[in-house]
Amino acid sequence: MTDVRVAITEAHHDEWVRVVAALTRRFGDLDIAEEAAAEAFATAVERWPADGVPPNPGAWLTTTANRKAIDRIRRENKRDDKQKEAQLLYDNDPPEPLSAIDDDRLRLIFTCCHPALAMETRMALTLRMAGGLTMPQIARAFLVQEAAMGQRITRAKAKIKAARIPYRVPSAEDLPARVSGVLAVLYLVFNEGYLATGPETDPVRHELTAEAIRLTRLIRALLPEDGEVAGLLALMLLTEARRTARVSASGELVTLDEQDRGAWDAALIAEGHRLVRERLATGQAPGRYQILAAINAVHTSAREMRETDWSQVVALYDQLARLDPSPIVALNRAIAVAELDGPQVALGAVDRLEDTLVGYHAYHATRADLLRRLGRSQESRAAYDQAIELAGNTAETASLTRRRDRLG
Amino acid sequence: MHYLVSVIADGTELAIPGEMAAINEFNDNRLKAEGYWVFAGGLASPGTATVVDNRDEGVVFTDGPFLESKEYLAGFWIIEAPDLDVALKLAAEGSRACNRKIEVRPFQGIA
Repeated sequence: MTDVRVAITEAHHDEWVRVVAALTRRFGDLDIAEEAAAEAFATAVERWPADGVPPNPGAWLTTTANRKAIDRIRRENKRDDKQKEAQLLYDNDPPEPLSAIDDDRLRLIFTCCHPALAMETRMALTLRMAGGLTMPQIARAFLVQEAAMGQRITRAKAKIKAARIPYRVPSAEDLPARVSGVLAVLYLVFNEGYLATGPETDPVRHELTAEAIRLTRLIRALLPEDGEVAGLLALMLLTEARRTARVSASGELVTLDEQDRGAWDAALIAEGHRLVRERLATGQAPGRYQILAAINAVHTSAREMRETDWSQVVALYDQLARLDPSPIVALNRAIAVAELDGPQVALGAVDRLEDTLVGYHAYHATRADLLRRLGRSQESRAAYDQAIELAGNTAETASLTRRRDRLG
Repeated sequence: MHYLVSVIADGTELAIPGEMAAINEFNDNRLKAEGYWVFAGGLASPGTATVVDNRDEGVVFTDGPFLESKEYLAGFWIIEAPDLDVALKLAAEGSRACNRKIEVRPFQGIA
């Protein structure tokens, strides 16, 4: 019985996206594919305990889902023959000759992450169609009502169909931009899990970080040559490796300098380091995710905070700032500068960011820490107050409050 | 698949000659030459519009556009494209040519 449940869970992990993707291509309709896949898994839950797990669960699920989809189309055809027939005819386009990769799962992910859909919709649709998360799970993850999330996904499917968002891997010319769009969606999902924004959720939501990693692994398997895909996967692994050390037993965020490095996940770190080395060996100019992964590789190479190679970290932030001259990058660079050149130099750099970052809690938190190290307690306290007011994450608020209250 | 490609202007100014030339070039060398063209037209300023309502007894004419807004429909294309990716690519070029924002919307039921 337990074995069957494990088999079903595994099949769901491994096969959901394949079943949805194959059905979407065959029937040209996300809605039919999603519903039929869900019905096929429900049938498995019903039948496998009695009949046993089929020798090839993936094939069984695909066949069952196909049958469910055809049943639905037959039912609807009786009502509305011509329209449905027209729909079934569409989407027999041969694959784009330009695209090097041709996999249904990739097509599905590119469709879900299409730039004509709103970013939140892309995240939700990707988690549903490619990740197989249920509607209640997704609604909980984004702190919205289940009905509202259901509507958002229904609207997205209707738009994909009516506006004919293609089910295809983009042409070679568009591929880099579209891949970076997919990576942006996955990174947002990961970050939402890693540092949840709402005050009413758990500070870390493992199901989101795990799902983002799983989908990024999938993209990596499908696009093994893409440096940024490897970079994002490495970045996620090296961040995830520190997850358990990052929140204390009392639910407080633990900053890098105070983390128990022995609690870091050595296997994830080893895998992340391997990916970073692999990218370095190509000699190709790294993109944003690869640089961020390299920064995290430096941090996770140090057994103690003071062993960190800060000059390397600052050099990597300089490289990142050339690609992405955003104030957030400048802020993170300043934090590294504080370790290399001292808090006074760093504070000068941070203060120059006031205009753009005055509404961002991390700006005030960084200033507060630097002021504390410089012995300017009163100013530090005021900065902590502002940071606490702006921070949404419960664990972060707790950590900031503790640091503020430690001031003399 | 047919798409309505609407030109959204922030004000009521009509296209200047440089913009007109770019639009014509886009129409001829891209849309018509490559078979996407169905129809297109620029509109006179919103102040020239008349709203007509004959839903109830007796027709009512109202001077001016039906919505006062900060943005107006300045013109449109109707294009035929195989999917939204192609339509969006064409719309991006159209936006550059006419130097205005553009909305792409599929027609319902015209394949």
